[in-house]
Amino acid sequence: MATYLEFIQQNEERDGVRFSWNVWPSSRLEATRMVVPLACLLTPLRERPDLPPVQYEPVLCSRATCKAVLNPLCQVDYRAKLWACNFCFQRNQFPPAYAGISEVNQPAELMPQFSTIEYIVQRGPQTPLIFLYVVDTCLEEEDLQALKESLQMSLSLLPADALVGLITFGRMIQVHELSCEGISKSYVFRGTKDLTAKQIQDMLGLSRPAVPIQQGRPLQAPEQPVISSRFLQPVHKIDMNLTDLLGELQRDPWPVTQGKRPLRSTGVALSIAVGLLEGTFPNTGARIMLFTGGPPTQGPGMVVGDELKTPIRSWHDIEKDNARFMKKATKHYETLANRTATNGHCIDIYACALDQTGLLEMKCCANLTGGHMVMGDSFNTSLFKQTFQRVFNKGLNGEFRMAFGANLEVKTSRELKIAGAIGPCVSLNVKGPCVSENELGIGGTSQWKICGLDPCTTLAIYFEVVNQHNAPIPQGGRGAVQFVTQYQHSSTQKRIRVTTIARNWADAQSQLQHIEAAFDQEAAAVLMARLGVYRAESEEGPDVLRWLDRQLIRLCQKFGQYNKDDPNSFRLSESFSLYPQFMFHLRRSPFLQVFNNSPDESSYYRHHFARQDLTQSLIMIQPILYAYSFHGPPEPVLLDSSSILPDRILLMDTFFQIVIYLGETIAQWQKAGYQDMPEYENFKHLLQAPLDDAQEILQTRFPMPRYVHTEHGGSQARFLLSKVNPSQTHNNLYAWGQESGAPILTDDVSLQVFMDHLKKLAVSSAA
Amino acid sequence: MSVNQHTHAGPPYGQPQPGYQGYQQPAYGGQPLPGVPHTQYGAYNGPMPGYQQPVPPQGSVRALPTSGAPPPASGTSLPSGHQGYSQFGQGDVQNGIPTSTAPMQRPPASQPFLPGSAPAPVSQPSTFQQYGPPPSSVQQLSNHMAGMTIGSTSISAPPPAGLGYGPPTSVPPVSGSFSATGSGLYAPYTASQGPPPPSVPQGLPLAQPPFSGQPVPTQRLPTEVPGFAPPPSSTGIGPSSYPPSTGAPRPPPMPGPPLSGQTVAGPPMSQPNHVSSPPPPSTLSGPHPGPPMSGLHGPPPPTHPPQPGYQMQQNGSFGQVRGPQPNYSGAYPGTPNYGSQPGPPPKRLDPDSIPSPIQVIEDDRSNRGSEPFVTGVRGQVPPLVTTNFLVEDQGNASPRYIRCTSYNIPCTSDMAKQSQVPLAAVIKPLATLPPEETLPYLVDHGESGPVRCNRCKAYMCPFMQFIEGGRRFQCCFCSCVTEVPAHYFQHLDHTGKRVDFYDRPELSLGSYEFLATVDYCKNNKFPSPPAFIFMIDVSYNAVKSGLVRLICEELKSILDYLPREGNMEESAIRVGFVTYNKVLHFYNVKSSLAQPQMMVVSDVADMFVPLLDGFLVNVNESRTVIASLLDQIPEMFADTRETETVFGPVIQAGLEALKAAECAGKLFIFHTSLPIAEAPGKLKNRDDKKLINTDKEKTLFQPQTSFYSNLAKDCVAQGCCVDLFLFPNQYLDVATLGVVTYQTGGSIYKYAYFQLETDQDRFLNDLRRDVQKEVGFDAVMRVRTSTGIRATDFFGAFYMSNTTDVEMAGLDCDKTITVEFKHDDKLSEDSGALLQCALLYTSCAGQRRLRIHNLSLNCCTQLADLYRNCETDTLINYLAKYAYRGVLNSPVKAVRDSLINQCAQILACYRKNCASPSSAGQLILPECMKLLPVYLNCVLKSDVLQPGPEVTTDDRAYIRQLVTSMDVAETNVFFYPRLLPLTKADVDSDSLPAAIRNSEERLSKGDIYLLENGLNIFVWVGVNVQQALIQNLFGVSSFSQISSTLSTLPVLENPFSKKVRSIIDMLHLQRSRYMKLIIVKQEDKLEMLFKHFLVEDKSLTGGASYVDFLCHMHKEIRQLLS
Repeated sequence: MATYLEFIQQNEERDGVRFSWNVWPSSRLEATRMVVPLACLLTPLRERPDLPPVQYEPVLCSRATCKAVLNPLCQVDYRAKLWACNFCFQRNQFPPAYAGISEVNQPAELMPQFSTIEYIVQRGPQTPLIFLYVVDTCLEEEDLQALKESLQMSLSLLPADALVGLITFGRMIQVHELSCEGISKSYVFRGTKDLTAKQIQDMLGLSRPAVPIQQGRPLQAPEQPVISSRFLQPVHKIDMNLTDLLGELQRDPWPVTQGKRPLRSTGVALSIAVGLLEGTFPNTGARIMLFTGGPPTQGPGMVVGDELKTPIRSWHDIEKDNARFMKKATKHYETLANRTATNGHCIDIYACALDQTGLLEMKCCANLTGGHMVMGDSFNTSLFKQTFQRVFNKGLNGEFRMAFGANLEVKTSRELKIAGAIGPCVSLNVKGPCVSENELGIGGTSQWKICGLDPCTTLAIYFEVVNQHNAPIPQGGRGAVQFVTQYQHSSTQKRIRVTTIARNWADAQSQLQHIEAAFDQEAAAVLMARLGVYRAESEEGPDVLRWLDRQLIRLCQKFGQYNKDDPNSFRLSESFSLYPQFMFHLRRSPFLQVFNNSPDESSYYRHHFARQDLTQSLIMIQPILYAYSFHGPPEPVLLDSSSILPDRILLMDTFFQIVIYLGETIAQWQKAGYQDMPEYENFKHLLQAPLDDAQEILQTRFPMPRYVHTEHGGSQARFLLSKVNPSQTHNNLYAWGQESGAPILTDDVSLQVFMDHLKKLAVSSAA
Repeated sequence: MSVNQHTHAGPPYGQPQPGYQGYQQPAYGGQPLPGVPHTQYGAYNGPMPGYQQPVPPQGSVRALPTSGAPPPASGTSLPSGHQGYSQFGQGDVQNGIPTSTAPMQRPPASQPFLPGSAPAPVSQPSTFQQYGPPPSSVQQLSNHMAGMTIGSTSISAPPPAGLGYGPPTSVPPVSGSFSATGSGLYAPYTASQGPPPPSVPQGLPLAQPPFSGQPVPTQRLPTEVPGFAPPPSSTGIGPSSYPPSTGAPRPPPMPGPPLSGQTVAGPPMSQPNHVSSPPPPSTLSGPHPGPPMSGLHGPPPPTHPPQPGYQMQQNGSFGQVRGPQPNYSGAYPGTPNYGSQPGPPPKRLDPDSIPSPIQVIEDDRSNRGSEPFVTGVRGQVPPLVTTNFLVEDQGNASPRYIRCTSYNIPCTSDMAKQSQVPLAAVIKPLATLPPEETLPYLVDHGESGPVRCNRCKAYMCPFMQFIEGGRRFQCCFCSCVTEVPAHYFQHLDHTGKRVDFYDRPELSLGSYEFLATVDYCKNNKFPSPPAFIFMIDVSYNAVKSGLVRLICEELKSILDYLPREGNMEESAIRVGFVTYNKVLHFYNVKSSLAQPQMMVVSDVADMFVPLLDGFLVNVNESRTVIASLLDQIPEMFADTRETETVFGPVIQAGLEALKAAECAGKLFIFHTSLPIAEAPGKLKNRDDKKLINTDKEKTLFQPQTSFYSNLAKDCVAQGCCVDLFLFPNQYLDVATLGVVTYQTGGSIYKYAYFQLETDQDRFLNDLRRDVQKEVGFDAVMRVRTSTGIRATDFFGAFYMSNTTDVEMAGLDCDKTITVEFKHDDKLSEDSGALLQCALLYTSCAGQRRLRIHNLSLNCCTQLADLYRNCETDTLINYLAKYAYRGVLNSPVKAVRDSLINQCAQILACYRKNCASPSSAGQLILPECMKLLPVYLNCVLKSDVLQPGPEVTTDDRAYIRQLVTSMDVAETNVFFYPRLLPLTKADVDSDSLPAAIRNSEERLSKGDIYLLENGLNIFVWVGVNVQQALIQNLFGVSSFSQISSTLSTLPVLENPFSKKVRSIIDMLHLQRSRYMKLIIVKQEDKLEMLFKHFLVEDKSLTGGASYVDFLCHMHKEIRQLLS
């Protein structure tokens, strides 16, 4: 274990876990003084090609309140065939199958390298995956055509045995029956009326004569297929049918008069989709994929009226409490999202329109169920097409990168309690001894449901140290946390992934430097950011910023080295050095700044921020900037206006956008066509290099970023200019005309100013 | 000059005047001979005698004419009979008292008629004077006079008066000459009346004074008497029916003395025959009636000929009278009897002696069927509906469009009230015309729309008066003067007629159409072509019975026959399809689709239309898709197990579809069961036979929820007409399901226990006809009338949102609206009364039009004129509709009673005011109404008013709604079915065999009969029918092998079979619905059903026989009179 950095990386590799603190303060008091809470980023299904799942059931602690899984941290008495639970210290008998166990013949789960292990278990019937397309038909002809093609194409990407269904909507909602020959049949609902699940099921003829769905009864076959098959059919069976059906799909035929928006019943359409699955396949992996090209304009969940003269709510309207439909619509979608989550299904939203589409109201559908949210300008863009295609990408081992109905359970050793989680999950409301009363994020439970997840899905989990100051932890004692994730694998298998980690305790008073050194500032930044964004959803923006500032100041006060009231004396250790900068960029990020963003965009950004892993999250907070020039190989440069030089090509990745920016000179050269001259082939290569790199990112990122190619003075350069630290602005004139960069026309404070203030406040004795 | 159809224009205009010739009506001329009747009388003999006696007064009159054959002597016996009737006493009183007491008894004002009845002419003089002051109006006077005359016959004095009056009364009817004379005559009367008026109430007495004034008459009397006889207007029916009760015994008292005893006495003397009955009490002596009216004419006898009606009464003649007076000649067979068997009051009235519908129909047919009916003259009574005749429009609407209960309207409401004759018009605005007649011309008055009166908005019509050289016109309805629009100006000729009179249909015809301008359209937008939506029940029953397949098959071909306008290449009507059980399935059959698309709407609680484009399509464009759909529907639901259905949402769906398409249209709903599925308009089975004859019976006719009424309102607003085809296997609550149909002007067809083999022809024929028939949409009808009367009540299948406009989502060529009029002021004889029925509608091609029908009626101040110009068939139409509506609100019994009561009042009023004096025991019926009792009895016995145990609640509701839209011809045959002896048919001619009366007595075991009532055709086979006939008709060798389940006759190649089948085909053509053919073998179970339609017989359910009812009616009348 060379450095903490390596340790952290190793841990992340193996367990998909990044803790803010890798050595834990041993008392509650100390822990609170650390400012940044003890928390971790957990990527439950982190891809582990090197980890073959074992084909048996995990061994559980026999204490009813514990049920922790046997893990490498447990003490094992090989002779007595006993093991002690490292969470509750219960001594357990090994099951008979473990009779042959010995020091040299250990089961995998006892080996240290298997701190993360995956079990395949046989439970319940294996139902195929379900994909229910919910398609908006109020689209422009081109858009609809493009969407239809994408959908048709997607049929070939689905697992052959997957069940697929189709709901289209506009003014009305049509649930298409896929099993019929000849006449194509659909059930139609009006878009203005909210229906209960029961009504929907009745109307679709799905009501079953009082045979409650029972899990673990695999052979209800005769009935179940019959009922559900009308609307959900195996892809391989109705491939052609559905392709034709999609091909014949017409734009919503109801006339839209001038000055009106088309009537779009997204709210009811979703409600029907949810109700349909709820009635037929509760608790099995299913994706409701909503494709919408505009805001819901009627019925429950409407976001805006159909009068074009009334624009969709802006942040301004929301602030002034002027968004008529927002609360009601949000409530509608929240109800739906919660129902969906209860059923273990997830909702994806693919919203492509130039204007807003109501993501703000609908966000919870994706957020609570672990669905995707994709926002684009049109379905006829590669952004959408590629992104959609990538939903069905397969991972390294040839399996779909999607899993369903995960149940994440967290167990902690006694000194810790669980404060909450932030991510695409809902609480399962399982109280227990290890649940803290203080909530951070979604708290009050030790279990969460993540209805849809992929190998990148990352949750932030916050803990609280509850060990009292006067109850010292024995030397060398370690705190342990176990994450048990049960989920439905894309192959429809039920699997359980168990990750058990342990960290050392340290007395903050005597061993602060240990703790300090074990600080993971990247993880901490992301964890704090998640908290901030989480708060921003419900609190006023400025309050959140103030809270973030205060936390930062307190952290600096705690861990900085300085003389009181002497800002110049302020120093931070290496493990904290980047943290303030992250905070600076976080403050300016669209996650907290709504200025210049529509409510939909904010929701979109926040959605992704709350589910991406650490690396991606950091990119979101502080975009990466690469410079390409004749001066040397491509290099990362400061996200600063000073990095914008005429003879450089810049490549910025903000996660949502990839911006290629040609410096002034480069741009002129390009215009002059030098790249086409054989003697300037090197220029051509220079131009090409960032394109290739960008391509690489574009190929892998989900959702596919917006690709911006611009140049000095180009209008799209704003994407870059708004991100870089405005070290040179029209306010500090001295920089004008220098070769050192480009001024940014902004009143925002620059990082330098920010830091100056921070130092001043941190060292202030008044604080 | 915007007449569209030039070709036609020519003729009609060209012959404006010829129409007048109509006057000449051969009928009149032809029937001058009153005398004939008498002879018949004689024939009558049997039971009659008894009758005569009672009647004394009048009877006497006739008796004379008749020839006296029926010696009054016999009458003596009658008296007893009279007593039997409660009226006896009264009768006496009147008679006796008249002179003095009369006034007391009846307040003059209220019962002016009495006088007529009052037999005591003798005493009159005295009374007269007393009354001196009496206020009676001219009319009354005249009435009295009439009465007098009748009575007079017996008494010398009265007669004269009668003469004087006579003319006037008779005049009104037809010929101009009459009027002339009439007026002349009148004058004197009035004068004479001066004095009498006071006593009016006790008419008789009053009457005399006039006499005094005009001595001459007296002389005439005697002579005239004979003439009177003919005066047919009223038909008297002997108390024949009564006799059974007591007639026999009493007669004795009656004899001579009684007569004298009664004031009448005097007169009786003169007429021995009648006199015999002097004991007026015997009242029954019915036959006499004849004279009453005629009495007036008495003198005119010679003139009568023109007005056959009068003659009718001539007692004796009744039965056979026709010869002389074809029109009226009722079946008064009775009379003869009188004469013959006065003494021995027969126990039973001979059915042949009472007015026979068959006879009346036959007479009218032979008298009026040959010449076209020319409508140029005001107040003409058209031929009966049962007569085939052509109509020539010369300024009044054809009777095919409008028929009235009376063509002579009382000038005042008092008179109208007194007579109790409802004033009503039965209007069939879109009636189909025979090919020989010309359709109404379409007139286009250009952008400013039809020329109308400024005040009452009446449309330009032949009765408008152009004045000031044609620059203005005066409205014939409200007298308001309106400027003639410049573009419409035309000079007048020397007669004051516009020069373009014959070029403009609206100036010279009774019926025509205007092209409506955009102002007449909903939302000020010209309508789009209408749409037909076929909505098929695909629940288990419908599928299993093969109905769904049948409908789908049929629709494939039927769609090529959608109604189109004029000579359009293809129909403008678009079609749509829906199937349903508990949920609805809409179909997208857009032409661009390879396959139809089905869209299921299960949200029945909140119905909507799931698609716009592709639901309503042009048949030709979407032919293949539709065919494919219709092929697949039966397959798709072949395995359905859904038994529940919805209904309300089905209509809502159709309505919404039309709304979405912004057009009017018609829904064809094929439905099988009570809609019990959870949905708006869900119904429960509430059929409860125990309610029959209770106060709650009415609930069976009322809808069980207001849902459908509200829905109907919406439908009407949109112009969504609903036609309902029902195929119930059990109760499905027609009363409720039919509400929308009914209020939107749709039709209901019901096929109980539908079976493919037996019912498919009927259903398919109905469906074809229903789809193809001419229909207008989104219609509003308003009837305007001359100042003085007003349309106050409407009956039919429609909705009214205010009190004047009849709104119909759809109106087809079979739908009829009956309109009742009431006075709100006085009318004048000079100007008569005008009706203008304006129907605004959208044609099947989507053209907005106004159809105008004008009709001019006479007005009278004499009740006799009213009675002489009535049409019983129309009256029955009105009364039936009135009663059938009554059952919604009143107990059925109350409705029946009020019907009887009204009828009795009508007849009593006649008797009192128009009939010649006769014994109270005589039943005297106006010639024009002599069938009223028999027809009314049929109405009373109908399933709605008196259901048998086998009649279902649904049947009653169905019939009730059906009748409400029937025209006169339909109600006529519906209530009094046509019974044809098939074995008497002449296989070589294409005519129908002569019908016979609906009584079992008339059936012979050796014959085969056909009975039709517009809904069913029964073929009754007697047990003794020759085998050869059976073989020829049924293709089986013996009676026992005839299958009673046949729904059609086998097609056999022999003259008899061909003939019978052609008769049946002919009947089908005449009816708007395809009748169900039922084979009834004598003494078979089904015979009970058949017998139900022998309406002259006593029915199993307690309905009275014709004879019994007549007696009862007589009793009622006498009660009223006393």
